[in-house]
Amino acid sequence: MGVEIRVEGLTKRFGRQTIWEDVSLTLPAGEISVLLGPSGTGKSVFLKTLVGLLKPDRGNVWIGDRNLPQLPEDLLYETRKLFGVLFQDGALFGSMNLFDNIAFPLREHTKKNESEVKRIVQEKMEMVGLIGAEGKLPGEISGGMRKRAGLARALVLDPEIILFDEPDSGLDPVRTAYLNQLIVDLNAQIGATFLIVTHDINTARTVPDNIGLLFRRELIMFGQREMLLSSEEPVVRQFLNARRVGPIGMSEEKDISELEAEAKLGSDPGKLPPIAPQLMPSDGRIRPTQHAPGSWLRAHGVTPPPGSFIDDLGRDWVQEWPRYVASMGASAGRGL
Amino acid sequence: MKTARHGAASSRLRPVADGAFNLLVKEPGRFFALALDVFRAMFQRPFQWREFIQQSWFIVGVTVVPTVLVAIPFGGILSLQMGGLVRQLGAQSYIGATSVIAIVREVSPIVTALLVAGAAGSAMCADLGARKIREEIDAMEVLGINPLHRLVVPRMLACAFIALFLNGLVSVVGIVGGYVFNVLLQGGTPGAYLASFSGIAQLPDLYQAEFKAFVFGLTAGLVAAYKGLNAKGGPKGVGDAVNQTVVITFMLLFLENTLISALYLQLVPAKGM
Repeated sequence: MGVEIRVEGLTKRFGRQTIWEDVSLTLPAGEISVLLGPSGTGKSVFLKTLVGLLKPDRGNVWIGDRNLPQLPEDLLYETRKLFGVLFQDGALFGSMNLFDNIAFPLREHTKKNESEVKRIVQEKMEMVGLIGAEGKLPGEISGGMRKRAGLARALVLDPEIILFDEPDSGLDPVRTAYLNQLIVDLNAQIGATFLIVTHDINTARTVPDNIGLLFRRELIMFGQREMLLSSEEPVVRQFLNARRVGPIGMSEEKDISELEAEAKLGSDPGKLPPIAPQLMPSDGRIRPTQHAPGSWLRAHGVTPPPGSFIDDLGRDWVQEWPRYVASMGASAGRGL
Repeated sequence: MKTARHGAASSRLRPVADGAFNLLVKEPGRFFALALDVFRAMFQRPFQWREFIQQSWFIVGVTVVPTVLVAIPFGGILSLQMGGLVRQLGAQSYIGATSVIAIVREVSPIVTALLVAGAAGSAMCADLGARKIREEIDAMEVLGINPLHRLVVPRMLACAFIALFLNGLVSVVGIVGGYVFNVLLQGGTPGAYLASFSGIAQLPDLYQAEFKAFVFGLTAGLVAAYKGLNAKGGPKGVGDAVNQTVVITFMLLFLENTLISALYLQLVPAKGM
């Protein structure tokens, strides 16, 4: 049922260049978290450090009672079996067809016979909607299919933690929406801990339970989605609204004088847009780790921007939620 | 003023010093670290027999034809060059002996080195490098599989295993080529060539050649793995890695060849005539 990841004071340097410093966060078990950041802030490096592909210069990554950077090699390989990672381009083995790719971890790590392997592979391929493409080579299929195949391979050992490296890069908006829905459905189904690294704002606004933002070599903020989506912090606000005005510049961070000039001109960072309701699993059930809409805001006395939590049908989810939970409970009761 | 100029000079020298340090200490250090890791992974069970056989077959495929095609003219040119010299010395009856010893002792390891480095090593490095930049290696590690054990060990051993046979192949083809050139082009007598066949050559010559071939295979496999697994920067990075693999492997193999030959000549007494 998911494993918590605790990151303490993590620092990574390449030579004299600091990638990020003193990053501390806790990914709650079973929840979906998103790590955001402008291009080139070391998001992918962070992901690789979490699975122990790169060694941090300082800090700890606790998976249960194991500290990843300190593990001896054999235990590290053992611990990695808890992870499923979806790489940017799927990272499928080019010499094998999709079936063999997805069966690969099973054949390497388990003593299951071929019919069992076949059953599990079919099941995972169905989950990601790839039935019928078993015999294709990775070179013959589209980027979206490669991603889904990579996801199926990551799922095959029933991981407790799933990491997504830019699941939306190189996909059109429709496919991205499908993939996001798939991520939410998967979380509802298997309850693993999810971390998505991306710079797609739409994904960040609708999918996760928690959001983190990496900028200027540090973690600016990490917390529940409502906390970041209602935040007045300039960097968070600029990034989540994709605006030019703010501390993030085209190449690097803007320098201080430019920022002051901007402040003197009185340029307005814009109103906070309404907080969108969170994406629900497609069968309408409630994920066990899902927070009630508006709960964080209420607990911290923050008023959301007007129009928040209202979906396409005009329902306000803050009011709708208790009724919805009750109706889901009732229908579940009827189902039994 | 003076200190400023001094600072400028040192800042210009710094990259040079860093580069030299990197070349002389860091790179060899990392290479030996990888070699040790591969050596340790070699004893990890289960051994990847399937991969080993597939890779052996692959290496045979890319090396056999070029090996034969290089070995024939090599044997021929040796006959032509030495034939003249031997005749001037009046030792025509030993033409077979000189040809055999030259081919078995030196030519076949050298040709093996050329092919192992140029064909097998480059292909292996390109394969591993492409996997590296496509993140396949990372994916494998994340799936809990050690790529050194799964990919590098079988490739390196396949390379060494096939090098043994390539060496034998070069010896046979080279000697036949030498015979043909000597008898058909230089008017040598078949009897003289065959009678003196084992005049100077002895069995240890073949052993040392096979030993060389085995070491060459291991070296080529390790260099290809090192360069391939450290490829970065997209397709161009793979191209660079392959290029460096070929150059470095050549240099290392020729160095090893010299060292082993020198040791051999010291350790094994020559056969008296």
